[in-house]
Amino acid sequence: MGLFKLLKEKIVGKSTVQKDKYVAGLDKSRRNFSSRLKALASRYSKVDDDYFDELEQILIEADVGVNLALEIVDATKKDVRVKGISNPDEINEMLVDKMFVSYAQQGDDIQNEIKFASDGPTVLLVVGVNGVGKTTTIAKLAKRYIDQKKKVLLVAGDTFRAGAQEQLMVWSKRLGCEIVAGKENQDPSSVAYDGIKRGKEINADLIIVDTAGRLQNKVNLMAELSKMKRVIQKEIPLAPHDTFLIIDATTGQNGVIQAKAFKECTDVTGVVITKMDGTSKGGIILAIRDELGIPVRFIGLGERMDDLEEFDLDQYLYGLCLGGEE
Amino acid sequence: MAFESLQDRFAGIVKKLRGQSRLTESNMEEMLKEIRVALLEADVNFKVVKEFVNNVKEKAIGQQVFTKVSPGQMVVKIVHDELVNLLGADQCDIRFEMNKPTIIMMCGLQGSGKTTTAGKLARLFKRKMAKKVLLVAGDIYRPAAIDQLVTIGKQIEVEVLNLGTSMSPVEIAKKALEKAYMERFDVVIIDTAGRLHIDEVLMKELQDIEQEVKPTEVLLLVDAMSGQDAVNVASTFNEKLHLTGMVMSKLDGDARGGAALSIKHLTGVPIKYIGVGEKIDDLEVFHPDRMADRILGMGDVVSLVEKVQEEIDEKQARRSMTKMMDGKFDLNDMLAQMEQINRLGSLGGLLKLIPGMPKISEEDQEKAKVQMNKTKAIINSMTMEERKHPEIIKNSRKQRIAKGCGLNATDINRLLNQFEQMKKSMKEMSSLYKSGKMPKF
Repeated sequence: MGLFKLLKEKIVGKSTVQKDKYVAGLDKSRRNFSSRLKALASRYSKVDDDYFDELEQILIEADVGVNLALEIVDATKKDVRVKGISNPDEINEMLVDKMFVSYAQQGDDIQNEIKFASDGPTVLLVVGVNGVGKTTTIAKLAKRYIDQKKKVLLVAGDTFRAGAQEQLMVWSKRLGCEIVAGKENQDPSSVAYDGIKRGKEINADLIIVDTAGRLQNKVNLMAELSKMKRVIQKEIPLAPHDTFLIIDATTGQNGVIQAKAFKECTDVTGVVITKMDGTSKGGIILAIRDELGIPVRFIGLGERMDDLEEFDLDQYLYGLCLGGEE
Repeated sequence: MAFESLQDRFAGIVKKLRGQSRLTESNMEEMLKEIRVALLEADVNFKVVKEFVNNVKEKAIGQQVFTKVSPGQMVVKIVHDELVNLLGADQCDIRFEMNKPTIIMMCGLQGSGKTTTAGKLARLFKRKMAKKVLLVAGDIYRPAAIDQLVTIGKQIEVEVLNLGTSMSPVEIAKKALEKAYMERFDVVIIDTAGRLHIDEVLMKELQDIEQEVKPTEVLLLVDAMSGQDAVNVASTFNEKLHLTGMVMSKLDGDARGGAALSIKHLTGVPIKYIGVGEKIDDLEVFHPDRMADRILGMGDVVSLVEKVQEEIDEKQARRSMTKMMDGKFDLNDMLAQMEQINRLGSLGGLLKLIPGMPKISEEDQEKAKVQMNKTKAIINSMTMEERKHPEIIKNSRKQRIAKGCGLNATDINRLLNQFEQMKKSMKEMSSLYKSGKMPKF
């Protein structure tokens, strides 16, 4: 099963700090999943319908979603029949292959890092529902790019939630970067406008615009986001260069609806999945990719400022499905 | 597309079942499959779904299908009843202490809505029960979390105990207790920092607080959007602490909230309140039957009825009713009715509560709202005489009204036609009513 071995070699060969952290961070979530897969393989000496039923259960319990889970299991079943495989170990490898290929085929090549504009400030808009970790993720992203010697400006566009402005201000002080904040209940678009103008003045490399959390079925709030985007474009026509949707790893099937709604009004270019240091498997990102083609760009693995990593499909699937072996 | 209601799912299958007198294993198989998918899509835990579907099967097989209802409806009813059963047949409220402060401790994962809900609870107890409430800022970790609670406290005029971030949460809780006894607070709500259930250090901290203040209620916050893992989270919190209830937040979204069902079933912890919006009053007592409807995508009839009863001015309604019966319904009454409907809040919210209506998109709802505003503008541009006797509106009057409301004559014709239609159907209703063929209102 070439791909799986390839995956593993690729990761083992990649003896970076990143890998260790990834594996450590994902440890709790993957331990569960992978040990179950392995237990499954060892309990069945040959493959039958019960085996596939359990496989389906494992996928559904990782929040992959009923439809995608059935799709993957059916495809695996078919392959098993065609190739006459009966060893459960081999089937698990095939399963990972399937997930990998299906993810990779859903869209173009994926570049995780923010796409910097060739000229002038690059704008990143950060959106999502309430309580997923937008502000914390922004702090982590700012840290990442400050470390890369970029001049970062934060824009506190959440003028609605009590304490949101202060939260980002605390981060800006800790990070030592400039921030443009608004007043409570000020139109977020005008804060964004001020932010972009300021960014041009100080010649910032990266302007990160925070937004208030909003549930995707609130038409007016979603229209507000579209307005923010239009206002930003008045100052910098090609902005926002990237729009990140933040998704909480504990999110269930509603995640796909979230991604769809936010994509419609802000043209989301990537997902950042947060809180992956818990026991949730975050399988919803596979469903989002499957239905909408939006790739995951970064992954949040803890509460510290450094706990943000580039998303790496190999490592994700490896960590999730087969990691506990060594 | 992804989330059809169970009733929609059944629509196709039901046709095949027509004419069958009993529910059997074979004729129910497809339906059970649909139930399973619907529940999984609603984020009900896999194991719970399995058990649940088996229960429904046992209950349903052999049931006679009444002539009036379709087999699909029968099954939906069984599923609904079972769901209500699982969610806890009664609603339960917060327990208040008699002669000492009631201590409520909030806990949950990051971003589940603890601070917001603490504020909402404080407001509810203060406003509806006239309690003296103290909010305690115990989240010393997240930047500006204390500011958030302080701001909320100011908004609702509830005192917030803010001891800064240098004191440990356990110490803060202790100090809060002292203060509550000294200053005779009725209710103390302790906000805590969000934490992962597997973070042993922070979980220990919660245990210490619990030990120290012996709270009357320990409430776990659960996000309505939670997926399959929610049961693991809740079980761990329940093992470490003595949870007395759950609050489900963000139910104003379009997530089905199936996690609520799973948690209640697997841990036995009842759901006490639900958060239904970002405003400080958006907190409701939990009703199991309504939640069951939501999980099934069936709309919420009871809520609708209650909402309508609360908001509609009964006298006004009676007046138009009498007029209607006498065949004297005019444009004034039409306007009054419209304003009443407006008062019920967003049309969308209302429509969502009606079973069979979930297909209306937000966009269509907005359109309906625009249409309604147009109608209002037209009627408001008429003289009183015209509203009472629409038949006098001829061409020149139409031109004037059109100018007045910024629309054109065709819009006015449309409205007048609509009104005639309404009047006609009301006449029919009234004659039915008078001949005793309709029940009294």
